[in-house]
Amino acid sequence: MSEEQTGMFGATGTGDTSGYGGLVRTAASTGSTERPYGGYFDDVADDLERAYPDFADAITRVVVDRGELTLHVKKSRLPEVAYVLRDKLKFEMCMGVSGVHYPERTGAELVALYPLLSMTKNQRIRLEVATSDLDPHIPSVVEIWAGNNWHERETFDMFGIIFDGHPGLTRILMPDDWDGHPQRKDYPLGGISVEYKGATTPAPSNRRSYQ
Amino acid sequence: MTTTFDPYASSRETTEGTVFSVTGGDWDSLVSEIGESKEERIIVNMGPQHPSTHGVLRLVLELEGETVTEVRTGIGYLHTGIEKNIEFRNWTQAVTFATRMDYLSPIFNETAYCLAVEKLLGITNDVPERASVIRVLMMELNRISSHMVALGTGALELGAMGPMFFAFRDREIVLDTFEEITGLRMNMAYVRPGGVSQDLPAGMNVKLREVVKSLRENFNDNAKLLIGNTIWMKRTEGIGYLDLAGCTTLGITGPVLRSAGLPWDLRKMQPYCGYENYEFDVITADTADVYGRFLVRMAELEQSLRIIEQAIDKLDKLEGQPVMVADKKIAWPAQLALGADGLGNSLDHIREIMGSSMESLIHHFKLVTEGFRVPAGQVYAAVESPRGELAAHVVSDGGTRPYRVHFREPSFNNLQSTSAMSEGGMVADIIGAVASIDPVMGGVDR
Repeated sequence: MSEEQTGMFGATGTGDTSGYGGLVRTAASTGSTERPYGGYFDDVADDLERAYPDFADAITRVVVDRGELTLHVKKSRLPEVAYVLRDKLKFEMCMGVSGVHYPERTGAELVALYPLLSMTKNQRIRLEVATSDLDPHIPSVVEIWAGNNWHERETFDMFGIIFDGHPGLTRILMPDDWDGHPQRKDYPLGGISVEYKGATTPAPSNRRSYQ
Repeated sequence: MTTTFDPYASSRETTEGTVFSVTGGDWDSLVSEIGESKEERIIVNMGPQHPSTHGVLRLVLELEGETVTEVRTGIGYLHTGIEKNIEFRNWTQAVTFATRMDYLSPIFNETAYCLAVEKLLGITNDVPERASVIRVLMMELNRISSHMVALGTGALELGAMGPMFFAFRDREIVLDTFEEITGLRMNMAYVRPGGVSQDLPAGMNVKLREVVKSLRENFNDNAKLLIGNTIWMKRTEGIGYLDLAGCTTLGITGPVLRSAGLPWDLRKMQPYCGYENYEFDVITADTADVYGRFLVRMAELEQSLRIIEQAIDKLDKLEGQPVMVADKKIAWPAQLALGADGLGNSLDHIREIMGSSMESLIHHFKLVTEGFRVPAGQVYAAVESPRGELAAHVVSDGGTRPYRVHFREPSFNNLQSTSAMSEGGMVADIIGAVASIDPVMGGVDR
C-alpha cells in the first residue's frame, strides 16, 4: 500500500524470515457496497436520497465495512450534503474531522473524514471527502457544525488541507511559523535531527525496525 | 549582530550564543499607561503558565473593566505528536502512547484505542467476558479518580482549599488500587488489543470491596462541604452557562452536555464492554452552569461505585477465566507477574521460552518485535470518558502498524466552549467556567 521503504539496517519488505507472519496483505476494497446495507444504514441512504435529489451525483460511493457506514462525498457538494444531513436527517453533531494522507492515491492523496452522530435517532455515519495534494481545498463545515472549528484547524495544521470558508484557519497545535505538515506520510518522524555533542541521532523512522 | 533593547527579554552574549532572559511585564508602567487613557479596555494574557488554567492553557482576555468582552484560547503547548509516533510502532505498542494523552483517564484512552483495533480485527465478540468486566471495573475506578481531580482542582481554583485535600485523598486510594492491579499508578498500558495485560492479583476482589466501602464514606466529606454551601454556590450558580443548543452545535459531550439536561451517555446509548449488563443511572442537571456540572460529577461518583460493585460480583463468578483472546497470533505472548519490586516478566514464561520450547521462543520473538497484522480498513470506536465522547479513528493498511490513528479528544473539543461560556461575564468567572469543562491539556494537545 505505501511506497518503498528504506532504513538504516534493513528489514525491508516484511522482515519475515520464518514465513510465520503470513505474507498476504489485504488491501481495502475500492468499490461500493451492494444493498442491503443492513441495520439502519438502508434507512439513512433512503432518507438522504429522498431529501437530496442530487444524491447519485454527489455521493460517489457508499461503503459499509465492519458495521460502519461511510458516504464518499464529492468535495464541492460537501456543504449541501452536510446541511441536508443536519437539518433533514437529524445528524446534529459532527464529532470532528480526521485527516489521512495516502501518497500513492494520485489525485486523491488527502482524505478528510467526518464522523456524524444523530442523538435524536442514536445513529452514526461517516462522510469521506478526498482531494488532490496539488489542490488541497475542501469546503469548511464550520458554518454547519460550529464545533468543527478547532478540528479543521488541527487537520489543516497536520495535513495542509485548506478548509475554504473557515473563519480563521491558522495552525493550532504546531507553532505558527512551523514549516510543513507533520502528519503527512512524507514528513519524517523526528523531522528535526537531534544532535548531541557532535553525534547525530537518526530520526526514529530511520532506525532499525520491522515493517 | 544588532538587537534592539527589549525590556521583557534582556539578552547577553555567551559562547553558546545569545541567551535571553524573559521576564514578566512591568506592572507599574502598565498601570501608569492605562491611567492616562480614558479607555478601560485591556488585553491580558492568562497563561500558558498559570495555576488556575488546568495546565499549559493560554487565554487571551479582552477586558472592559472587569467584564470579559472576548476570550481567545491558545493551545498546543503540550503537543507531543502521539498520533504520529503511533504510526511507527506496532499495534500493541501504540497502547503505551495512547495511555499518555489524557493523563487523568489513561484507561479510557487505552480502551477506546483497543476497541477500535478489535473492531478492525473482527474479534470484538471474542474478547473474554472477564477481560471486559475488568475493563469496566478499571474504567469506573478511573472515572472516580478523574472526577476527583476535576472537583478538587476546580474548588481549589475558586479558592476552596479543603475539598482538594479530600479529593486527592480519595484519588490516592484509587491510584493505589491501580498500582496493585497493574503495577503502575498512571499510564499503565493495561488494556491491550484482545483483552488486558494480566489478570487481577489474588484476593483483589476482597480489597476492591473495601475500597468501594471507604470511597463511599469519604465522598460524604466533599458533599457536606460543597453541596448547598452559600459561598460555593455564589461562585458557581449561573456561571459558565451553556444550554443544550450551544452544546449540540459545539459538539460538547460528557458532564457539560448532561448539565444542560440531556441524558446522553454512551454507556447507555451505545454500550460497549458489556455496559448494557450493569444497572446505573445517567445523571443530569437542568441548570447548564458550573454548579450543575459539579452536581453531575458528584452524583456520577456514586453511579461508578454501583457499577464497580456489580463488576466485582461478576468477577467472583468469572474467577479463573481467561483475560485475553484465545487466538495466539494476536494475544501478547509475554506473561507478566507482579513481584516484590513491581511488575515484570514472569519468570515461568522466560523459563519456558528460553529453556524448553524453541517454537515458543520464535512465537514470542515474532509477535513482540514484528507484531500482528490487521486487515485493511478504517473504524471509529467511542467510549464515554469522564470528559465526554473519547473516540479513536483507526486506519489500517493491512500491515503490522497503524496507518493512521486519530483521537477525538473530548477535552480538545469541549475547550472550544470557553468563549461561549465566559464572554460577557466577569473575569473571575472564567476560572470556574474552564474548571467545569475539566480540560486536560495532555489530551487537548496530544
